[in-house]
Amino acid sequence: MPLKGFAGFATRKALAAVTTIFAIICLNFLIFRLLPGDPIRMMFRDPRVSAEQLQLMTEKFGLDKPLWGQFLAYLQALFQGDLGISFWQKRAVLEVIADRIPQTLLLVVTALTIAIILGILLGAISGWKSGTRLDTFILTASLSMYSIPAFSLGIILMLIFAFYLSIFPLGGISTPASGFTGLGYWRDVLWHMFLPTISIVFWYIGEYVLLTRSSMLDTLDQDYITTARAKGLKEFAILRNHALRNALLPVVTATGINLAFAVAGIIEVETVFSWPGIGRLVYDAVMKRDYPLLQGTFLVFAVAVVLANLVVDLIYGFIDPRIKVGKAE
Amino acid sequence: MSTVRRRLTEAWGFFQLLLTHRMGVLGLSVFALFAIIALFAPFLHTVDPGKSGVVENILIPPNSQFWLGTDDLARDIWSQVIYGSRISLLIGFLATILTIFVGSLVGLISGFYGGKIEEVLMRITDFFMMLPQLPLMIVLAAVLGPSIWNIVFVVSIVSWPFAARIVRSQVLSLKERAFVEASRCIGASDSFLIFSEIMPNVVPLMFAEAVLIVTEAVYAEAVLSFLGLGDPTTVSWGMMLHFAFESGAMVKAPWWVVPPIVSIVVLILGFTFLGTAVSDVLKPGYKEKRGL
Repeated sequence: MPLKGFAGFATRKALAAVTTIFAIICLNFLIFRLLPGDPIRMMFRDPRVSAEQLQLMTEKFGLDKPLWGQFLAYLQALFQGDLGISFWQKRAVLEVIADRIPQTLLLVVTALTIAIILGILLGAISGWKSGTRLDTFILTASLSMYSIPAFSLGIILMLIFAFYLSIFPLGGISTPASGFTGLGYWRDVLWHMFLPTISIVFWYIGEYVLLTRSSMLDTLDQDYITTARAKGLKEFAILRNHALRNALLPVVTATGINLAFAVAGIIEVETVFSWPGIGRLVYDAVMKRDYPLLQGTFLVFAVAVVLANLVVDLIYGFIDPRIKVGKAE
Repeated sequence: MSTVRRRLTEAWGFFQLLLTHRMGVLGLSVFALFAIIALFAPFLHTVDPGKSGVVENILIPPNSQFWLGTDDLARDIWSQVIYGSRISLLIGFLATILTIFVGSLVGLISGFYGGKIEEVLMRITDFFMMLPQLPLMIVLAAVLGPSIWNIVFVVSIVSWPFAARIVRSQVLSLKERAFVEASRCIGASDSFLIFSEIMPNVVPLMFAEAVLIVTEAVYAEAVLSFLGLGDPTTVSWGMMLHFAFESGAMVKAPWWVVPPIVSIVVLILGFTFLGTAVSDVLKPGYKEKRGL
């Protein structure tokens, strides 16, 4: 008997997410088989490595097995948390990535929170005042910010504020060898974080302004807004209690989809500002031709996006009363 | 012949409508500017853009001989920016053609046939839409190696699902229309129905999508090259930024960094404005709203 209501909805969504993650794992495995050349030779570029040693390594990594056997070995290793060894850092890929996660989360969570709140606010104002000069300005500015690549925004901000005005540091997460501890250290980190955060906020905010604005325009056309106006409610009360609240639903749904897109901003901005997160790791892996590390970062980003989408779906399912009683879908 | 003429008249009418939209005019001007620069690049550049110069000319600020200065290999920045427009536009258009071709084919087939075919194709489409685009492009570009063609291919891989989705939803409503039914009744083949009856009606929508994909492709070329995945033997704006970044000249030589950034931003903004104008103009009731 199929599960009803929220439990059924949640199970279906979770199963879909698991299937997608499995497909990502397969894709990740296959893409890196397209690489020309012998992986063992790439790992040990030294010609002095003997044939026996190479043979030993080939067997150790299971490269003497057929493709299917290799895939099973890859899956098995993956489930044990083994993502391979980074050519560049000569350590487990999982370890290298895990070291970078806190810095990325710090930057991303801060930037996205600011961008979402400001974006919704500006979008609501823009939709509410639609057709006015203010609306046109907010709309054009958001459209521009949203389409300019994040790395160029980052470079522009860096040139102005870090180079010409010298207010902020050029990059990194803290002043090297500064000896700061405690509060002083965190102040230093915040100071380093400013420009990367602003770059991501500027670039990401447009998405939310545009979304909230169009959702707001749809909501303002509804009968209940007219009713609220007819009741003689104050404009701000209508905006806050009736319009914005309903306009936000589509914005919540879009958050999941936007996360896949936000990853691009993280990679670009972290690279420009040498922020020691996973985004910068992607750039380093590319520059060092460190394929296991690159493969690992792709897996982490893709799985994170799928999981984030699942969370957003579940929250949405929880909010939407039609799903709770099992009527939707 | 008459169909060709009718289509041309329609296209001309559409072009004139675009000129009534402020963003349309702006976007078309930017596009025209860069198209002219790209076409006449051999007449506009002052020095061979790929040629290194003598040691005395390394990293010199803009002057009368090198209008925008030189880079760390004493190459002329102005000439590189001029030639960079060719790569951006070339990749933009090739990737768009490939994306629209694949996306439309998938959209037309899945929308028209429905059933199992649709389900399988849409599952694949959704899967690709779910993946974070930039990491996928980076991984593919890194594995396939640096070349213009690989960037074209990589951009198409991440953009086709969006085109497929849009085309499919349009086909779903079109295939129920009377003119398709009528054609089917007189015994038209599936391929005739798809390509001669339905497809012409999807073209305006594909055009709107195409402008977005060009924007996406220009961006993708710039960011992939910036991240070190471009072809080092071609001159492109993204490659210029990459070399500047790698050599630590981001702040040492702003004249090296600013021109490619301005070019990327202006071209992308131009296409974005054009895209907004195209989708506005295609909306039903645009003419009435403008009082045309």
